[in-house]
Amino acid sequence: MTKSATRDPLIVRWGLTLLALAFLALFLVLPLAAVLVEAFARGWDGYVRALGGDDGFAAIRLTLLVAAIAVPFNIVFGLCASWAIAKFDFRGKSLLVSLIELPFSVSPVISGLVYVLLFGLQGWLGPWLAEHDLRVIFAVPGIVLATVFVTFPFVARELIPLMEEQGREEEEAALTLGASGLATFWLVTLPNVRWGLLYGVLLCNARAMGEFGAVSVVSGHIRGLTNTMPLHVEILYNEYDFVGAFAVASLLAILALVTLAAKTALEWWHRDELVATGH
Amino acid sequence: MAAIALPLSRRTRASASVIPGFGLTLGFTLFGLGLIVLLPLAALLLKAAGTTWEQWGAILGDSRVRSALWLSFGGALAAASINTVFGLLVAWVLVRYPFPGRKLVDAFVDLPFALPTAVAGIALTALYAPNGWLGRVLEPLGIKVAFTPLGVVVAMVFIGLPFVVRTVEPVLQDVDLELEEAAASLGAGRLQTFARVILPAIAPSLLTGFSLALARAVGEYGSVIFIAGNLPGVSEIAPLLIVTRLEQYDYVGATAIAAIMLTISFILLLAVNLLQKWRRARMGG
Amino acid sequence: MIEVEAVSKHFGDFAALDRVSLRVSQGKLVALLGPSGSGKTTLLRILAGLEQPDSGRIRLGGVDATGLGTRDRRVGFVFQHYALFRHMSVAENVAFGLKVRKGADRPPKTEIARRVEELLSLVQLGGLAGRYPSQLSGGQRQRVALARALAVEPRLLLLDEPFGALDAQVRKDLRRWLRNLHDEMGLTGVFVTHDQEEAMEVADEVVVMNKGRIEQIGTPADIYDSPASPFVYRFLGNVNTVPCSVSGGTARVGGLHVGASSMDGGGTAFVRPHDVEILELSPDLPQATIRQVMVLGPLVRVELALPDGTVLESEVTREHKENLALRRGQEVSVFLRKAKVFVGEV
Repeated sequence: MTKSATRDPLIVRWGLTLLALAFLALFLVLPLAAVLVEAFARGWDGYVRALGGDDGFAAIRLTLLVAAIAVPFNIVFGLCASWAIAKFDFRGKSLLVSLIELPFSVSPVISGLVYVLLFGLQGWLGPWLAEHDLRVIFAVPGIVLATVFVTFPFVARELIPLMEEQGREEEEAALTLGASGLATFWLVTLPNVRWGLLYGVLLCNARAMGEFGAVSVVSGHIRGLTNTMPLHVEILYNEYDFVGAFAVASLLAILALVTLAAKTALEWWHRDELVATGH
Repeated sequence: MAAIALPLSRRTRASASVIPGFGLTLGFTLFGLGLIVLLPLAALLLKAAGTTWEQWGAILGDSRVRSALWLSFGGALAAASINTVFGLLVAWVLVRYPFPGRKLVDAFVDLPFALPTAVAGIALTALYAPNGWLGRVLEPLGIKVAFTPLGVVVAMVFIGLPFVVRTVEPVLQDVDLELEEAAASLGAGRLQTFARVILPAIAPSLLTGFSLALARAVGEYGSVIFIAGNLPGVSEIAPLLIVTRLEQYDYVGATAIAAIMLTISFILLLAVNLLQKWRRARMGG
Repeated sequence: MIEVEAVSKHFGDFAALDRVSLRVSQGKLVALLGPSGSGKTTLLRILAGLEQPDSGRIRLGGVDATGLGTRDRRVGFVFQHYALFRHMSVAENVAFGLKVRKGADRPPKTEIARRVEELLSLVQLGGLAGRYPSQLSGGQRQRVALARALAVEPRLLLLDEPFGALDAQVRKDLRRWLRNLHDEMGLTGVFVTHDQEEAMEVADEVVVMNKGRIEQIGTPADIYDSPASPFVYRFLGNVNTVPCSVSGGTARVGGLHVGASSMDGGGTAFVRPHDVEILELSPDLPQATIRQVMVLGPLVRVELALPDGTVLESEVTREHKENLALRRGQEVSVFLRKAKVFVGEV
């Protein structure tokens, strides 16, 4: 048997591999398994019953609504930001990119707090809002704003490096061939970044539907009105309705698994049209 | 008249690039950024700036605040360190040792990014609670995880896990096998080669992964509060304290704690950046 | 006809083009030749409307086109890296310019299909209509890019380093092919290159550029035989540069006398290697020592040292070398057939 200088002994290979897999099993597989097992602790009927309440449906509806607003906003924002940043030269570009990524380094709780300070009753705009009978905090607009804040960089950070890498020549070619700006965007730019966009949207959506900290601060936890699914999980859990909490959690876990599967499929099939950003 | 005016107006509009839409897209970008991110953060800074010295003194003098900050940052440091070691291990195994199902495991590493934090929180609690799958085993050994600072660290390890793996993996893939062969040909053992050739090559990415995991763990809320038990002064994290103050309508206190957290976080990130810069300068690129 | 009048373009402090004027007659194929950073690509992009000049005017066919957008110029532009739309097939790429036309300008589908087929057979890619750019070789991509540019029936064809990214052999074939295509279609064309051989072989007229200015405009033969500046001398082909002094209309290069029409003073003589003739040792002519003899196929390059130490490179035929039995260390006489002297620091 030939022994390569850079090949480790079999026992080292197996030892390290098993250690790594054990670590991943402990921290990834077990928690996920726990969610599903606890959710079905009282069988299928118990599971369905736990999901069936009006408050549960309201939470699902609100979560979908919030995602349906936050995700399109992020798509439009991400496309605008990446178009401006990748297709043009201007001063302060790297500062702009850092500012777009800023929400990633802010605690979710602080992301919620800033909106309370702005729109809350004691906030800067609070009195004016109260005068006009507008509610932002402890209402749906606040939840949407906080969600947009925490998901703000997802689409943009996927598209900016991708568009920068693709350069400007194809757009210029389209223009020399007589295409309008809008036609160039629809027919050339968008198809070129479609998989990267989808990738960003997947991650953005997962975070939008799953956000807890920021939303928890601005929601006020009004059952049936301002409870998203993750908040509903917390309420049920604190009421010792473990089967209910884990049933709702299992829906979110399935969303996570679907997201992971779709993301992985994109990475396998369209690796060349994505930018490896890690997350 | 119009026929003459048209080309003239075109010329004055002509910008540096022929690609259209700069004003519109940059305008919307700045508008969105300003409205969603900068304005609210400015509100926080303004509020913090308006806090009097007495108020700062009261907050910093509160032992509950100090121990919460200590737990958030100390726990995050511990968790990020654990993630650095095990993240490197996982990345190494995934890159170097092909085994059946490797691609699947690789994809699964991102689970903490996709799984909502509240779900992770109750799942970890269920596992480590005294009657849980793991708690039942650990309790007789005298190890208490749930509702202790250790539980906080466990949750922080979970949510920071992918960062180190994802930053180290591509760099490890790029490490030139010839370097290792050269080291081996010069008589270095595998461990020596790892410590002296491979580790220096991946050190910057390890540090980046560490700082990302740290930043995430410091601010983490959802996955921690369930397993932490939130005993004031013992297992209460700083973000929870912000929420508590807010619930008591103590905006000043909440803002002050948030400002302290942001400041320490940015100092830490700045230190990491400077360290990277210093390293690059020393290595000459 | 294209007319460029005193066009300037700055990028920050860098002057990419400095009051450049140029005229290209209908049906000519012109090469913009120069080193990187000489402004040739900027000039091409200004012609296409991809950049706006800071000052000066562009006229296309006698009409001012300075402020005209790229879309409305009807120019065909072939990008250096082709810029093919990666998610469109070859046929879709070629059809793009026709499909994006609005209203009555847009030909019916069948007409577009017919045009695409015609163009693809013109560029000899008839069988590859359904392929995607990533499935093509460099030379094939180049021809798709050309077909796509021709589809809109441009009044002016612009090519940026059209052969730059290709292998030597493919490049040679494509050059000849482009030359023929141009002759058949009678288009006015401008292409950018940094390869003098390419410019000489393909173009009717060569524009030599340096540091944002035009050094010389002329036919390939003109430019090679009578370069207008030291830069053009150096840039086109091998040349010996020999310091010399000029007095009374004559320059002394080593021990040789060369006619120079410029004023007196120190200068530099430019001598092409094939203008350095090697003769049998003769008392009437200056002497030199052979330092090196290199056989390069049909030609032989000989390195000569004059008594004052000046080194000259000469190119002689193989036959000449055999006749004189040239070898290292041999003493020979040298005669300069032709040299051009530029006075002053060059």
